[in-house]
Amino acid sequence: MSDTQIRDLIAEAINENDVILFMKGTPEQPACGFSMRTVAMLQSLDVPFAAVDILPDPRIRQELSALSNWPTIPQLFHSGELVGGCDIVTEMYESGELATTLGVQAPADAPAEAPTGDPAQAAPMSIENRLS
Amino acid sequence: MPSADEVKNRIEAAIPGAEAEVQTADEVHFSARVRAGAFDGLSRVQQHRLVMDVFDGELGGAIHALELKTEVS
Repeated sequence: MSDTQIRDLIAEAINENDVILFMKGTPEQPACGFSMRTVAMLQSLDVPFAAVDILPDPRIRQELSALSNWPTIPQLFHSGELVGGCDIVTEMYESGELATTLGVQAPADAPAEAPTGDPAQAAPMSIENRLS
Repeated sequence: MPSADEVKNRIEAAIPGAEAEVQTADEVHFSARVRAGAFDGLSRVQQHRLVMDVFDGELGGAIHALELKTEVS
């Protein structure tokens, strides 16, 4: 597959999914603490989201960043627009803005402080460094 | 490996009027709080882009992670 085809597929995925997260690893098995935290926030708001693991092919990240003009992972998109990375999503979660932006009502049991996910699932930093 | 001061100075030199507080435990993972008048009227994504652009190509490399909080001053 050419780089252009990969970029087209990424653009298509962003347009076809109302909420889509590009991350390292999968929601079940995040491979980076920032991706894990972002997944945990979306899950605690009960937001359905599509997830793309960028690790299998370095060109996914390269083309995604070229498209979004955003260098780091994770990247959360809503309605075709970049919402932000982990820091912005965390800020928005804690102000309540994330739920509003994504068009959901935060469940009554959603923690006020951004959830971090299960630390036991976090990949050791040394592995994360080698993958990026 | 850049020090916290280097990261701070580079942000402040690149964004006019910016004030940055930078912390790092290992000179690879950084955490920065940046206040700048230049952020006025920009979305959070655009504010973060201004700061990340300072380290173009180094994020994920020499600077493994830059945790960022931006505020309009």
